[in-house]
Amino acid sequence: MSDTSFAQIKFKTVVPAPPPDDSTRNTALLETEGLSLFYGHAQALKNISLNIRERMITAFIGPSGCGKSTLIRCFNRMNDLIDGVRLEGKVRIGSQDIHARDVDVIELRKRVGMVFQKSNPFPKSIYENIAYALRLQGVRAKSELDEIVERSLRGAALWSEVKDRLHESALALSGGQQQRVCIARAIAIEPEIILMDEPASALDPVATAKVEDLILELKEEFTIVIVTHNMQQAARISDYTAFFYLGELVEYDTTNKIFTNPAKKQTEDYVTGRFG
Amino acid sequence: MTDQAAPPPKPGFDTGLARRRRWKLLLAKQETIPWRFESTSARVDSKFFTGLTGFATGLILVILAVILGNILVNGWAGISLRFLTSGTEKDMFDVDKAGILPMIFGTAARVILMTIFVIPVGVITAVYLTEYAHSTSIFTRVIRGAVNNLAGVPSIVFGLFGLGFFINFVGQNMDKFLRPGAAEPLWGQPAILWASMTLAVMTLPVVIVATEEALKAIPQGLREGSLALGATKLETIIKIVVPQALPGILTGGILAVSRAAGEVAPILFTGAAYFMATLPKSLTDQFMDLGYHVFILSTQSPNVEKTRPILFATVLALILLTLTLNIVAILVRAQMRRKMRALH
Repeated sequence: MSDTSFAQIKFKTVVPAPPPDDSTRNTALLETEGLSLFYGHAQALKNISLNIRERMITAFIGPSGCGKSTLIRCFNRMNDLIDGVRLEGKVRIGSQDIHARDVDVIELRKRVGMVFQKSNPFPKSIYENIAYALRLQGVRAKSELDEIVERSLRGAALWSEVKDRLHESALALSGGQQQRVCIARAIAIEPEIILMDEPASALDPVATAKVEDLILELKEEFTIVIVTHNMQQAARISDYTAFFYLGELVEYDTTNKIFTNPAKKQTEDYVTGRFG
Repeated sequence: MTDQAAPPPKPGFDTGLARRRRWKLLLAKQETIPWRFESTSARVDSKFFTGLTGFATGLILVILAVILGNILVNGWAGISLRFLTSGTEKDMFDVDKAGILPMIFGTAARVILMTIFVIPVGVITAVYLTEYAHSTSIFTRVIRGAVNNLAGVPSIVFGLFGLGFFINFVGQNMDKFLRPGAAEPLWGQPAILWASMTLAVMTLPVVIVATEEALKAIPQGLREGSLALGATKLETIIKIVVPQALPGILTGGILAVSRAAGEVAPILFTGAAYFMATLPKSLTDQFMDLGYHVFILSTQSPNVEKTRPILFATVLALILLTLTLNIVAILVRAQMRRKMRALH
């Protein structure tokens, strides 16, 4: 595991540390077990069981409505916000069931960050967008805030573009820059997992390329789960790919295998563009 | 590609070929429609309704112009520095002696006090309804229905409510517990405090509805963005949601001020006085009011000819005061919007 294990401190429940493992990158950090999700009577996820490996990029692909966004929103419990959602099965992060009664969802979200499909910078300055979550966590010192804001913007490959206008509105930035502000905002509080829900779908190819480069860099420090409609994108950046269809996990394997030699006919049809 | 050459569709997945063929057929069919654009009877209808709606709008403008013009022409002569800055000690009804400073002060004070009461209560209610309550629950529907019904209650009923609830219940009980044994009631009598609170109850629906609209217009993505960073719901509402809604909240405030400034019925029993020798000094004092004064001037005057100019001038002063309060609020809102756009 990395230096701070997920199970150690921040969750209210005390859980035993997972067994030590040499190949840290192959440790399953997040796992779902028989996860089903219902919106009222409609079942959006059907019995999903998968493992997400630490400091790897895992891509979720599949046609619209296949449940991949719904699934990713289970990992930081954003589905809690929707009325009438019911879950069955388990989602575990570092062996902690995140839907357990005594889990503090605020603490969970501090460690499982999220970047949304539609970039959603706050109507504040670039600086304040990134300082927002830090201030909430009680960081008051100007010097410390300055330092983290700069580090986060550098981490999001945005520093050189915005360093002279940190105190201007984030809404004045281009779409790609706004999305990178959102990524900088997410990494500022140093989560372990970053969930990305089609982060580049609203961006032009140049901005997409920048965001993709950034995601590849972030992999060194963060575990990334990315939902994408763009199969080339999944092929370019991810280590593992899961293919979903109609709420079911059809196939989950290394990206190489999924795109060159998938085991299932449906997967092959989808990745070669024959349906969807 | 002919039908025979097309590969059979794979089971379970639509290859799209059949769909594309149907689309081609549809396109071919449409090209046979001739490219002519004939005038139809719809254009005559259109002209008629353009005229009708334009006439209705014009009518409203004419009515407004007649009312305001009449007041301005008849009232302007009565407006003077002496009239605006003196009281009614010498003679309330004589055009050469009367003034309206106490009424201007009283009306402005009660409107401002009302705003202070109504904005927090209205905003908190709207935040509850949009951010916390389940929109489909019976409880929420009952509250919403109550808010809508509140907007339809006649203003004289609010006056009676203010008298019964604020003065006779709240005020008298305050006297009983805070000043036991005192001969004169302090709280349990008409006062500018109770009049303002009564007006606040009356304008509550306006503020609630305007705030709700402003809150609903804020993209859900902003809330999710904040929550996903580990902010609590309360932090999200205070730091992200409500600041965004401030211009809309102020719009509610402006509407409330406009409605309340000219209302007389709610303050009749709750605080407005026929005559006071001095300006109100505390929240428990009564006050003189422009709208109520108009009523007094038009019904109580011993000399109609001498009173008529100040009657028009008082109405003009009331309109100008409402306008001023509105302009101040609109300027504050514009400043707020500019600030939100420019940011820091």
